[in-house]
Amino acid sequence: MTPVHLAALAAPQLLLAGASLVLLVVGAFRPKAIRLVAGLGVLSLLAAVGVVAIEPLGRAFGGDLVADQGAAFAEAVIYLASAAAILLGQPWFARRGQARFEFPILILIAALGMGMMCRAADLISLFVAIELQSLSLYILAAFEKSDGKSAEAGLKYFVLGALSTGIMLYGVSLIYGFAGGTSFARIAAAVAHGASGGVLFGLVFLICGLAFKVSAAPFHMWTPDVYEGAPTPVVGFFAGAPKLAAMVLLARVLTESFGPALAQWRQILVVMAILSVAVGALAGLRQSNLKRLWAYSSIASIGYALIGLAAGGPEGVQAMLVYMTLYVVDVTGFFACLAALAREGRPLESFADVSGLVRQRPGLAVAMTVFALSGLGLPPFSGLWGKFYVFKAAISAGLAPAAVAALIGSVVAAYYYLRLVKVMWLDAPEGQIDAPPAEAAGLAYAAAFFVFPVVLIALMALDPAARAAALALVQG
Amino acid sequence: MPLQAIAFYVLAAVTVFAAVAVVFARNPVHSVLFLITTFFSAAGLFVLMGAEFLAMMLVVVYVGAVAVLFLFVVMMLDVDFASLRQGFARYLPLGALVAAVLTVEMVIVAADVAHLGAAASSTGPATPSAVMTNVEAIGAVLYTDYVYVFQAAGLVLLVAMIGAIVLTLKHRPGVKRQSVAAQMARTPKAGVRMVTINSGEGVDA
Repeated sequence: MTPVHLAALAAPQLLLAGASLVLLVVGAFRPKAIRLVAGLGVLSLLAAVGVVAIEPLGRAFGGDLVADQGAAFAEAVIYLASAAAILLGQPWFARRGQARFEFPILILIAALGMGMMCRAADLISLFVAIELQSLSLYILAAFEKSDGKSAEAGLKYFVLGALSTGIMLYGVSLIYGFAGGTSFARIAAAVAHGASGGVLFGLVFLICGLAFKVSAAPFHMWTPDVYEGAPTPVVGFFAGAPKLAAMVLLARVLTESFGPALAQWRQILVVMAILSVAVGALAGLRQSNLKRLWAYSSIASIGYALIGLAAGGPEGVQAMLVYMTLYVVDVTGFFACLAALAREGRPLESFADVSGLVRQRPGLAVAMTVFALSGLGLPPFSGLWGKFYVFKAAISAGLAPAAVAALIGSVVAAYYYLRLVKVMWLDAPEGQIDAPPAEAAGLAYAAAFFVFPVVLIALMALDPAARAAALALVQG
Repeated sequence: MPLQAIAFYVLAAVTVFAAVAVVFARNPVHSVLFLITTFFSAAGLFVLMGAEFLAMMLVVVYVGAVAVLFLFVVMMLDVDFASLRQGFARYLPLGALVAAVLTVEMVIVAADVAHLGAAASSTGPATPSAVMTNVEAIGAVLYTDYVYVFQAAGLVLLVAMIGAIVLTLKHRPGVKRQSVAAQMARTPKAGVRMVTINSGEGVDA
């Protein structure tokens, strides 16, 4: 393979790495040109989406790098979500006098890491990619230096993240030891005639590490604290894109290298899924802080995505991809709403803060209602369609009990989604709310417009794209 | 062969003993010193396996840099280890449970190794040929087969640097900094004032 061919296969990664290095130099010499750096960051992410759409497919570096439809689909969503995070975050920090040129660069590098996660078919590149995005996210969580809570969030995320990395690395070393190689193809060959205990032991640890990254119960402890403390636009970013990347990576590991061991990993995923839905629904009931509430909501959402993955096969992976894509739009939009709302410069974060919102900011109140109802899975919003795909895949794979358990979780969770709607529409308002900044409100409206009604048209394109992506992921 | 076996058992015993001592030493400085011992004997184990380069790196990087940094941190930060240990009894049952589960799992793995033999033994010798040294073997693949992950690992280090700067650098106003250009541009005209002093009077009088 010629260097040109190799470069073409890694084109989006090269583009993002090059852009982040160039912008770093620009920022170091022109520290005041933050808007320029942010604008160029958004442009390079959009360019990366374009490159993903047209680049050639293939494998390179012995599986370290796989360019297929599965990676392309997820990367397009991830890069768009990252661009939204820069658009949302840069003005947000600027309003607080915290704007620094490193913010867009860290988002770029995190996006690069997530793209590499989607493309990894080797344990080495899997690990390096996860570390690249995790390290960037730890820093982003602690980005608001004047806020002690932000520092606490960063530290908690870092310490627990380091622990999960250790667990995952232990699993990786065991898999390497027993399979005799790090590439997914080699592992698949080793487990083709039944997986030995050692490989399965390693697999369990690997799943635990990845479950931490997607905040699936019982590895979710960090989520509420980190979401509460971290800056709002950053939370909107790491509640969405990194989880999609980790889910795609999990799908690739499980189907490509551990396909024959389906029966073994399915039970792990089903247990984690049901626990996640239960924790998300029950613990969410007692929250008064909206960021913590949405942390639990995201834990429950990951539960549904895991059920899709546990169903296995192209149908299950497709359900997971559709669900996660719609979820990313939903959660980005919700945190855009929160970033848009402030009272005398203080962000609105609790139920009491948003009471009677509809009388002061009807547009944003409607948008938040849309996101809440979509999270609940009410027709005709996008959340329903995601759940529809997941339940369909689960039932055809014989996982009907898990689907029923998840449905019960949904019903319990309906309480807090509807409570948010009730507080915003029926309660009395208190105090004047600041005029929402244009970019945050714009993003919120755009996302709400996608959740309903654009999703009905978008699904027509999303369905075949996710189907092709799932086929590529499953067949390796 | 017996010499190798003796060397292996001595080094392995020291490694395990020192690793346990890292955890159980009361004085944190002792912990770090035991950690260095662990690194050294692990380096010896690498040499026995024919991986001289890894052994060298372990000594240079871990003993030379990381452990010394630990030592600095332990000595400079006044961490109250007595208070850190306070929750020990409370968390002991849970910790013991996790440890028990892990032990059982490790026994299963060990049984597997005894049954099948670890597959890694089939991946071949540490170096592709007898005349090639470790360093040559690594050099041959580092910028070819592994250039993608090698560069990505470089980016991970870059992120760590960015992070350290972002989280700790504070631009305080009013701090006097050295400006070489301003220093070089300074002329006698700007810096020297010629005054005539009459005898018996001060300069600024």
